[in-house]
Amino acid sequence: MQAVFFLCGLVAVGFVLLITVYLVLSGLPAIRQIGLFDFLLGSTWAAGQGQFGILPLILTSVWGTAGAVLLGVPVGFLTAVFLAKVAPRRLADVVRPAVSLLAGIPSVVYGLVGMIVLVPWLRDALHLPAGDSLLAAILVLAVMILPSIINLSETALAAVPKEYEEASLALGATDLETYFRVSVPAAKSGIAAAVVLGIGRAIGEAMAILMVAGNVANMPALTKSVRFLTTGIAIELNYSAEGSLQRQALFSIGLVLFLFIMLINVLLDLVLKHDKEV
Amino acid sequence: MKTIYRAFAPVMAALVLCAALAACGQSAAPAAVTAPADTASENDTGDSAPVETTGTAELSGTVNTDGSTSMADVMGVLTETYREVQPGVTVNYSGTGSGSGIEGVLAGTCDIGLSSRELKDSETEQGAVAHVVALDGVAVIVNPENGVADLTVEQIADIYTGKVSNWSELGGDDAPIAVYGREDGSGTRSAFEEIVGVEGECAYTNEYGSTGDVIGNVAGNANAIGYASLSAVDDSVKAVAVGGVTPTEATVKDGSYAIQRPFLMVTKDGVELSPAAQAFLEYATSPDVAETIAAAGAVAPN
Repeated sequence: MQAVFFLCGLVAVGFVLLITVYLVLSGLPAIRQIGLFDFLLGSTWAAGQGQFGILPLILTSVWGTAGAVLLGVPVGFLTAVFLAKVAPRRLADVVRPAVSLLAGIPSVVYGLVGMIVLVPWLRDALHLPAGDSLLAAILVLAVMILPSIINLSETALAAVPKEYEEASLALGATDLETYFRVSVPAAKSGIAAAVVLGIGRAIGEAMAILMVAGNVANMPALTKSVRFLTTGIAIELNYSAEGSLQRQALFSIGLVLFLFIMLINVLLDLVLKHDKEV
Repeated sequence: MKTIYRAFAPVMAALVLCAALAACGQSAAPAAVTAPADTASENDTGDSAPVETTGTAELSGTVNTDGSTSMADVMGVLTETYREVQPGVTVNYSGTGSGSGIEGVLAGTCDIGLSSRELKDSETEQGAVAHVVALDGVAVIVNPENGVADLTVEQIADIYTGKVSNWSELGGDDAPIAVYGREDGSGTRSAFEEIVGVEGECAYTNEYGSTGDVIGNVAGNANAIGYASLSAVDDSVKAVAVGGVTPTEATVKDGSYAIQRPFLMVTKDGVELSPAAQAFLEYATSPDVAETIAAAGAVAPN
C-alpha cells in the first residue's frame, strides 16, 4: 500500500520535472538566437518583422497582476473576515455558496461577460476607440482571484484557536479589535498563501484576458490594448509556422512565465520561513 | 507551511496546460505524415485526362492536405463533394497556416499544401508549384452604424498606419477609429497588409486570433474598422467599397476589387502525386466545382 502512495507522489514530481526540462529545452534555442538581452528587454514584439522583445509582455503581466491583487485582495480578505467572524450564520450560508460558485465559473465565461458588458461600458465611459485594455483585464482578473483569496483566508481564520479570541475579548478588546489584532495575525501565513494563490491565478490566466485585453503588444497603460505573457503565447501559437523562430520564441515566453511563477513561490517561501523563525 | 504547498497546485496546473498546448502544436505536423511515395509507385500514375479520372477509375487511398486555415470552408465542401465522386478516397485537412502547409509539401509531410497567399520566391525556388483553386476577397468591414461606405486603398492604409485616427476625417461622425486586425502569422493579416502596402507599419488598436472574433468585435463597436475574408462577412457588419468597388463575387473574379488573394493548392515540382492526390487536385481545379466553391463563399477562378 505504501508503494502506491509513493508512486502517486512520484507522478506529480515526475510531471514537474518533465515540464521543466521540456520548457527549458524548447525555450532556450530562441533566446540564444535572439539574445537574452534583446529578448527580455526589447520593447518591440513584431514577429513578422523579426523583432522579439518581450518587455511589454513582462511589464503587462506584472502590472496586470499587481492591479488585480491590489483590487482583489482587500475585498477578498475583508469578505473572508466577514464570513469567518462577523456574518450571522444564515447570511454566511448564502454568501459562502456564492463564493464557491464564483470559483467554479470557467474563465472563458469571465472573459465573455467582460467582453460583452465591461468592454463596451469602458469604451463609452472613458470615450476610448475601444474598451479592450489593461484596465478591463485587471477588473476581470480581480474578480477571478476573489474566490481563491476568500476561501483560503477564511479557512486560515477559522483555524485560529478559539482561546486566543476569548482571551482577547476577556481582556476587554472589542470584537473588531479581536479580529484584526488577534485572529488575523494568527492566520497570517494562511492569508499570505491566499494572496500568492491569487497572484498565481492572475499571472497564469490566459483565456479570460485574451478576450478583454485587446492583445496588441503595447507598453502597458491602463486604457491601452495590451498583451500578457500568457496571451502572447495563446494568440500567436495557432498560426506560427512549425519550427519558425516565432514558434520557438513563444516557448521562450513560456519559460519566462515559468520562471516568474517559480520566483514568486520562492520569495513567499522565504518570507514565511523568516516569519516562523522570528 | 503546508498551505503554501497547496498554493502551488493551480500554478502547476496552469503550467501543465501550457506545456500540453505546446506539445499539441508540435505534434500536429508529424501526425500528418503519410507515405505518398509508396502508393505512387504501386499504381499506374501520370494519368493526364483531367476531369475524367475523377469520374471513371475507382480510386482509393488517403490524400493529406495541410495549410491555410482560411481555406477551411473551401476544403470542407471540396472534401464533402469529392466523397461522392470517389468514395474510396479520404481527404484529410489540417489547418496549420499557409507557411507550414507549403513547408509541409516541400518536406514531403503532406500530399498537397494549401496557401491563401501567393508563393514567395524562396518557395518557388525550392520547387513549390501553385494551382489556383479559388479567389478570396479580403473585405474591409465597419460597424453598420458607420456612415462611411467607400474608402480608397490609400485611406485604408492611412487608417491602419494611424495617420488618420478619426472618422470625421473620412466623412463620418466625430469618433475615434478603433483599428482591428489579426495577429502576426495570420494569412488574412499578411494578405491584407501586403495588398494595402502597410506591412509591419500597422498601428492596431486590437488584435484578434480569428476571423470570427474580428467580425464579432467590429459588430460590437461603432468605432471599429477591421478586415476579414469576404466569405466570412455577414450582415452584422458592413463591407465598405474600396475605390468605389463593392466587394462581391463578381468584382473579385474580374479583378476590379483591389483587396483579394488566391487560394492555392501547392505541389512540389518533380514529385509525383499519388493517383488519389492527383485526381483530387484535378477535381479541385476543374470548372465543375465552381458552384461548390461558391457555396463555401469563395470565388472560382474559371
